[in-house]
Amino acid sequence: MGKVNISFTINGSSHQIDVEPQWTLLEMVREQLHLTGTKEGCGTGDCGACSMIVDGRLITSCCMLAPQADGSDVTTVEGLLANGDLHPVQQAFIETGGVQCGFCTPGMIMATKALLDRTPKPTLDDIREGLAGNLCRCTGYTKIYEAVMTASGQEI
Amino acid sequence: MRTFNFYAPTALDEALELLRKTDGGRPIAGGTDLVVQMKEAATKFPHPSSIISLLLIPELNGIEFDESTGLRIGATSTMSDIADSADIREHYPSIAEGAGIVGSIQTMNMATVGGNLCNGAPSADTAPPFLVHDAEFVITGPNGRRSLPADEFFVGPGETALAPNELLVEVRVPAPADRSGSAYVRHTPRKQMDIAVVGVAAAVTLTNDDRIENIRIALGAVAPTPVRATKTETFLSGQPASDESFAEAAETAAAECNPISDVRGSAEFRRHLVGTLTKRMLERAANRARGG
Ligand SMILES: Cc1cc2nc3c(=O)[nH]c(=O)nc-3n(C[C@H](O)[C@H](O)[C@H](O)COP(=O)(O)OP(=O)(O)OC[C@H]3O[C@@H](n4cnc5c(N)ncnc54)[C@H](O)[C@@H]3O)c2cc1C
Ligand code: FES
Ligand code: FES
Repeated sequence: MGKVNISFTINGSSHQIDVEPQWTLLEMVREQLHLTGTKEGCGTGDCGACSMIVDGRLITSCCMLAPQADGSDVTTVEGLLANGDLHPVQQAFIETGGVQCGFCTPGMIMATKALLDRTPKPTLDDIREGLAGNLCRCTGYTKIYEAVMTASGQEI
Repeated sequence: MRTFNFYAPTALDEALELLRKTDGGRPIAGGTDLVVQMKEAATKFPHPSSIISLLLIPELNGIEFDESTGLRIGATSTMSDIADSADIREHYPSIAEGAGIVGSIQTMNMATVGGNLCNGAPSADTAPPFLVHDAEFVITGPNGRRSLPADEFFVGPGETALAPNELLVEVRVPAPADRSGSAYVRHTPRKQMDIAVVGVAAAVTLTNDDRIENIRIALGAVAPTPVRATKTETFLSGQPASDESFAEAAETAAAECNPISDVRGSAEFRRHLVGTLTKRMLERAANRARGG
């Protein structure tokens, strides 16, 4: 079973590589590109820990086959850093205490980024809906919602 | 996951040829059902030796609406594409409502309508809306093109009328009549990220004196496939669109469905939900038909 040659952009840099056909985008990014910011929680689309933005859309990379990323533009949590500065969403998670063990955080941050790209000033209901696909075992979500409010420049 | 040969054809003919040549090759669209099933090795099919991605095939793409000919939804349209389509929200609200609750934002950005229908789950959230809108499913395969009404497509849990090596190309939905409206809702313990305990869709067309000229009701997760509630439809035909007839229709629907008990709910609870949700969807669809 042959490897598949694919080209894509990830966090602004172009790649052309051979991938295992049965690998998910998540496996390729972690095991082959060694970008280990993105986590695997459930592996079945339920927890959102593996969230990435592909061609402008938030997806769960554990259920997307790596060869299907051919030709696409991928952003992972590593790609949010600009000139060494944290993205405002990352900064807000730190400031409000939206991070405890940190396992859900990369996914939460990507989901927040996607939400704010669509809805720059979300209501609490918008936030709950936008993050419904991301589970957190630690925070109880309140601090995470506060992080999103802060990142969007709104009062908590 | 075990390995397989991967193909990403860029034309429909090429995909059909690959399906024929690979013998047992499986189409994949968004992968939200298939990848999970392959990981859990839960498919009743033997593990596929080849996977054929449909996402690069232009003929399977796109959503188009025309006032006279109706709606065409390409099989690889995602739930987000459908839920965000202004035409679908306006003219086929139940379809937008069904697509708009599939999993999370992430799921909706990947999950396609073709995958939702071809996976054949009794709880598939786009199935009842297509049933009540008299959708036709356009299929192509080794023996050419054919078109099937939605109510002949679902055969059993995980089973559809697709023959081996056939593909769903698109869904076609007739243009809605004047004074018509539709609605879909499902009951789930959690609002998002859950599977329907029961789903109910209704579509009504009203006469000028507010009688029911045309009626469709479809139920999800209460039978081996999504089903029409035909006895209830017959009862409602020609009745006034009133609280009384909707209340009686709710009882008829609860009586005619035949749900099972499982982890998501008992048969009795499902029957109760069918009644309650049928009444609600009839009211909502009728209000929309009146322009509300
Ligand atoms: C976290 C999560 C939440 C979910 N929530 C819901 C929900 O709320 N409601 C719901 O209904 N579903 C839900 N699902 C199930 C799934 O997302 C949907 O059924 C989805 O629409 C499947 O589409 P896909 O493109 O991902 O299908 P795929 O996994 O790519 O394919 C599914 C099946 O259809 C076949 N297939 C796909 N396209 C075609 C075609 N054009 N012609 C012939 N065969 C084809 C494939 O071979 C496969 O057998 C959920 C899934 C996950 C992972
Ligand atoms: S690891 Fe992908 S959704 Fe949980
Ligand atoms: S911080 Fe631990 S899972 Fe969210």
